[in-house]
Amino acid sequence: MRLIAKGITTSVLTDCSLEVPGGEIGTLRGPSGAGKSLLLRAIADLDPHEGEVWFDGVAQSETSGPQWRRQVRLVPAEAAWWDDCVGPHFRSLDEARAMAGLLDLPKDCMTWQVARLSTGEKQRLGFLRAVEDRPAVLLLDEPTAALDAETGQNVETMIRSLRDDGAAILLVTHSDAQANRLADRRYAMETGRLKAAV
Amino acid sequence: MNVVSLTVWDLAAVSVFVLLSGLLSLRLSLGVERQLLIATVRMVVQLSAVGAVLTLLFSVASLPWTLLMALVMVLFAGREIAARQHRRLSGWWGYGLGTATMTLAAATVTAVALLGSIQPEPLYDPRYAIPLFGMVLGNAMTGISLGLDTLTTAAVRERPAIETRIALGATRFEALRPAMQEAMRRGFMPMINAMAAAGVVSLPGMMTGQILAGIPPAEAVRYQLLIMFLIIGATGLGLLCAVLGGAWRLTDHRHRLRTDRLAAAK
Repeated sequence: MRLIAKGITTSVLTDCSLEVPGGEIGTLRGPSGAGKSLLLRAIADLDPHEGEVWFDGVAQSETSGPQWRRQVRLVPAEAAWWDDCVGPHFRSLDEARAMAGLLDLPKDCMTWQVARLSTGEKQRLGFLRAVEDRPAVLLLDEPTAALDAETGQNVETMIRSLRDDGAAILLVTHSDAQANRLADRRYAMETGRLKAAV
Repeated sequence: MNVVSLTVWDLAAVSVFVLLSGLLSLRLSLGVERQLLIATVRMVVQLSAVGAVLTLLFSVASLPWTLLMALVMVLFAGREIAARQHRRLSGWWGYGLGTATMTLAAATVTAVALLGSIQPEPLYDPRYAIPLFGMVLGNAMTGISLGLDTLTTAAVRERPAIETRIALGATRFEALRPAMQEAMRRGFMPMINAMAAAGVVSLPGMMTGQILAGIPPAEAVRYQLLIMFLIIGATGLGLLCAVLGGAWRLTDHRHRLRTDRLAAAK
């Protein structure tokens, strides 16, 4: 069970290759505009790209798009919503309520209106929505950027527990400290090129 | 039929009101007199020209000339659909999708009406075929241009939400469903309004024309109903095909949203 990307190339990315085994967290760092989010989008197959990605020995191109994304899940930095209420964005309300408690969200958060959510609540609920069905690969784009230190710790705890359950996780972060706490392997990106960092 | 024939002077007499509106605009500096003048002159020229063309077409009553007239109408309507869109699909799709779906729907519905209900002799008799096709085409045009405009605008505006659904494993049509529903609703709106108002608020133009031209009201109503059913059918069929085709083109075989296939906004 490992995520392997080889030769990912788009108009911004040049020949990006990486590998994250299940049960590990790879951190991805680099200046803004380097192409980190675009690499995550390509791995989730949200943008056309050259190169190939495999998970568990199965190539992206051999799987249908929706099938691939049910396993390889992108969690963008800013969560978007298609319903006025929080609840309809979740598959199972019971599961979501149970997990919400771990991120300091009250039980009734599923009945909240999206319009009254704070930035931090949006980020946590967007994260919950993406991990609710335990996808095998998580592509996390700055998952704690909008959170205070304490709530950020709770999200990190959940990320660790997902890793311990066997998920392969690629995490974009701007924080040295966070990378030091979570990284099992590290990548750095500069102007569309990826290199393994020590 | 005891039609009261209208002379040029009769028309000139009622055009006084248009003139009056223009003068008021000028007097009160409302600034619409120029537009009003141009639109009025344009309408008079267009209608007089089409009157002459139809007179000629009816006297010849040949299939090739009827088809040619229909083709000209289609090309104008297709251009109109493309022009009315804020963000249209780039390349040939921008003109082709609306024109193709509108033509398919209008031609199918007109053919069914001519073959099934009216059965003129010959079937392509331009006196029936052309006005019928024109009415159906014009309404399908309005519906499709509104529908496609709504779809492409929603795809751009709602892009983060649509892509979130895609990222969570939805298929392209699942992810675009709200945008497609909005497009269908908007496209149908003028039709629904016209149906709700028909006979209560307004007497439809065609029926009014027929009654003024001496046709018994009951007969005029039957024709109007026929036309309404055809228009609704063509608008629905064309709108559905256009919205499905638009959603298809706005996504690719990997179920990715492809707003890069839209031309720059006007």
